[in-house]
Amino acid sequence: MGLLIFASTIAIMTTVGIVFSMLFETFNFFGQYDWRDFFFSLSWSPNFRGNSDLGIIPLLWGTLYVSVIALLVAVPIGLFAAIYLSEYAGPRLRAVAKPAIEVLAGIPTIVYGLFALITVGPFLRDYFAEPMGFGQSASSVMTAGVVMGVMLIPFVSSLSDDIINAVPQAMRDGSLGLGATKSETIRQVVLPAALPGIVGAILLAASRAIGETMIVVLGAGAAARLSLNPFEAMTTVTVKIVSQLTGDTDFASPETLVAFALGLTLFVITLGLNVFALYIVRKYREQYE
Amino acid sequence: MTTSLLVADARTKKRNAAEKRFQAYGLSAIVVAMLALLVLLISVLFNGLSSFQQTFITMDIALAEDRVDKQGNRDPAEMAKTTTIGYNSLLRDALIATLESEGLTTDLSNKDIANMISKESSATVRNRVLANPDLVGQTVTFDVLASGRIDGFFKGDVTLESAALDQNTSPEALMLAQELADRGVMETKFNWNFFVWPDASVQRPEAAGLGVAILGSLYMMIVVLVLALPIGVASSIYLEEFAPKNRITDIIEVNISNLAAVPSIVYGILGLAIFINFMEFNQSSPLVGGLVLTLMTLPTIIISTRAALKSVPPSIRDAALGVGASKMQSVFHHVLPLAAPGILTGTIIGLAQALGETAPLLLIGMVAFVREYTAAYTHAAGLFGEASAALPVQVFNWTQRSDPAFVERASGAIITLLVFLLIMNAVAIYLRRRFERRW
Repeated sequence: MGLLIFASTIAIMTTVGIVFSMLFETFNFFGQYDWRDFFFSLSWSPNFRGNSDLGIIPLLWGTLYVSVIALLVAVPIGLFAAIYLSEYAGPRLRAVAKPAIEVLAGIPTIVYGLFALITVGPFLRDYFAEPMGFGQSASSVMTAGVVMGVMLIPFVSSLSDDIINAVPQAMRDGSLGLGATKSETIRQVVLPAALPGIVGAILLAASRAIGETMIVVLGAGAAARLSLNPFEAMTTVTVKIVSQLTGDTDFASPETLVAFALGLTLFVITLGLNVFALYIVRKYREQYE
Repeated sequence: MTTSLLVADARTKKRNAAEKRFQAYGLSAIVVAMLALLVLLISVLFNGLSSFQQTFITMDIALAEDRVDKQGNRDPAEMAKTTTIGYNSLLRDALIATLESEGLTTDLSNKDIANMISKESSATVRNRVLANPDLVGQTVTFDVLASGRIDGFFKGDVTLESAALDQNTSPEALMLAQELADRGVMETKFNWNFFVWPDASVQRPEAAGLGVAILGSLYMMIVVLVLALPIGVASSIYLEEFAPKNRITDIIEVNISNLAAVPSIVYGILGLAIFINFMEFNQSSPLVGGLVLTLMTLPTIIISTRAALKSVPPSIRDAALGVGASKMQSVFHHVLPLAAPGILTGTIIGLAQALGETAPLLLIGMVAFVREYTAAYTHAAGLFGEASAALPVQVFNWTQRSDPAFVERASGAIITLLVFLLIMNAVAIYLRRRFERRW
C-alpha cells in the first residue's frame, strides 16, 4: 500500500522537480542579468565573451507568429473535418478518415521537422517567397507554421469531434423540425452550443504550438528577428533553449542560464493555457450531463 | 404570383446552395488533411528509400606482406603499425589494377582514382586483416564502399553538371564509375549495414549507419518500460481503487492531466538540472534519457491505465469481496488481470511516443558523436551509463551536416523509426482487438 501511494506521488514530485530546477537557475540568472532587460529588451544577441543582449521579446514574437500561422491552418481544417465527420460522414468514410487523421498525431515531431526542412521549406521558397519578392530563405515562419498546422489538425479535430458529439440530439431535432437545413442547424445551434469546448480545444492546440520544438528548430531558423514578413527566418523560445543548452555549456554564465529563464517562461505560459482550457472543457462537459 | 411546392423559390435555392457549400468545405478539409499525410509520407519515402542501398566496388586486393605486415611475423600488434593511410594506397593500387584488367583507360590522376573509394574502406579492410592475419600474402576479393559522390551519382543525387563544380569528384570520375558499373565491378545493392554501422564522420556519409542509435533507443525503451509500467500501474491502482476522495488526490489528478500537456523540452531541462547537474549521472547516457522519457510517458500510461481499470465492472470487485477476498486480493487477483490488455495497449502507445521524442534528448547531450557500440553495463559507467545516440536524435544530427548525402540518410533513419512505430502501434491495435471485452 505504501508503495502504491509512493508511486502516485511521483507525478507530484515531477512537477515540483520541474518548477524547482528551473526556479533555482532562473534566480541565478537574474542575479547576473537584469530582469528588466530580459523581459523588455528588443534584441537577442548572445555573445559568449559576455555583454550579451538577452531580450525575450524577439523570441516571443517568433513563437507567437509561428503559432498563429499554425492555428490558422489547423483550426479551419480541423474544425470542418470534425463537423463533417460527426454530422455528415457515413460510417464508411468515418472508418477511413478518422484513423487517418489520427495517424497525423502519432507521427513524431522530428518527422514533421524533416518534412519542413527538405520539402515544405524549399517548396515555399521557390514558388511563393522568391517570385513574390519576400526573400530567399527556406526556413521561415511560414514553413514552420504550415507544417505545425498539419501536426495540430488531429488535436483540434478529435477534441472538437468529441464535443460536437456531446451536444444532445434533441437540440438538432428541434432545429431541423423547424425547417432549418442541416448546415443552418450546425452553424446556428450545434456550434454555439459546442463553442466553449471548441475554444478549449483550440487553446490546447495553441499550448502545443508554443511548446513545440523540433519543427521550429528545423523549419523556422535561428535568427532572432522582429519582422512582419512571414517568409523570413525567425526564431522561437524553444529553439533558443535548445541552442543555449547543447554543446559546451558553462553553468555560471548568463548565456547558458538564460535557457532556464526561457524554460520557466514557456512552462508558465503553457501551464496557464492548459489550466484555462481544461477548466473550460470540463465546465462545458458538465452542462449536458 | 402562384407558387408551387415543386418549384424551389430563390431563397430556398440560396439556402440549398449554402448547404452544398458547407458540405464541400467539410469534405475538402478532410481531403486536405489526408493529402497532407500522404505528401508527408511520400516525401519521406521518396527521399529516404535510397539510403537502404549503397554502391560497392568489388575488387581483388593483393594483401602483399611487404605492405601490411612489414615485420613478417603475423603479429596483430605489430601489423597494427600499418595505419589506414597505408591501406589507402593498397586500395588505390587494387582499383588501378582492376581498371587495367577491365581494359579501361583514364586520364584521372592516381589521387582522383583513390578518391572514388570511400575513406572508410581502408579501415574496414585493415580491421579484417588484423582480425585474420592469415589473409596476408593472399589476394582477397573485397566489397568495398564507393565514395559518397559516386554513390550519389548512381542514386541520381549527383549529376555530371554538379560534379564539375565539386572538389570531391569530377565528371571524368563519374563516367569511369559508369563504365565500372556496366562491367559489374561497381554495384548499387541493398545495404544491410545501414542498420548496423555506427555513425561516421562528416566527410563519409556513405559509411554512416544507425547501429549505435538503434542500440541507444533500445536501451532507453528498456529503462522506460521497466520504470514507467510498474510506477504507472501502481499509481493508477492507488488513485482508482484505494484513494480517498480528498483534496490531495484531487491535486494529484489535476497535476497528472497538466503534466501530460507540459512541452517535452521542459522535461529535457528537468533532466539536465536534476539528473545530470544535481545527481551527476553521465551525460548522453541511455540511463538519463530513459529517466527523462519515463517521466514524460508516465501521465500517458496513468491515464490509459485508469481508463482500463475503470472499465472493469464493479460486480467483479463485489464478487471477489463477497467470497472473502481482501481489497488487495480483489484488485490484484481479479481487476488487474482483466484490465491487463488495456494497460498493455496504453503502455505500448506511450513507448511509441517516447521512442519518437527528440527535444528533451537534445538537452541531455544525446547529440554527441558516438562511434563505439554502447555497452549495457560497464564497471566504470554503471548500468546504461555509457554515452550513446538515439534514433530520432540521429536524424536531427544528420540534418545539421552540410553534405547533402546526409539528407538521404536522415530520411532513411526516419523510415526506420516510422517502421518501428508502425509495428508498435499495430501490436497495440491487435491486442485491443484480440482482448477487447464488452461487459
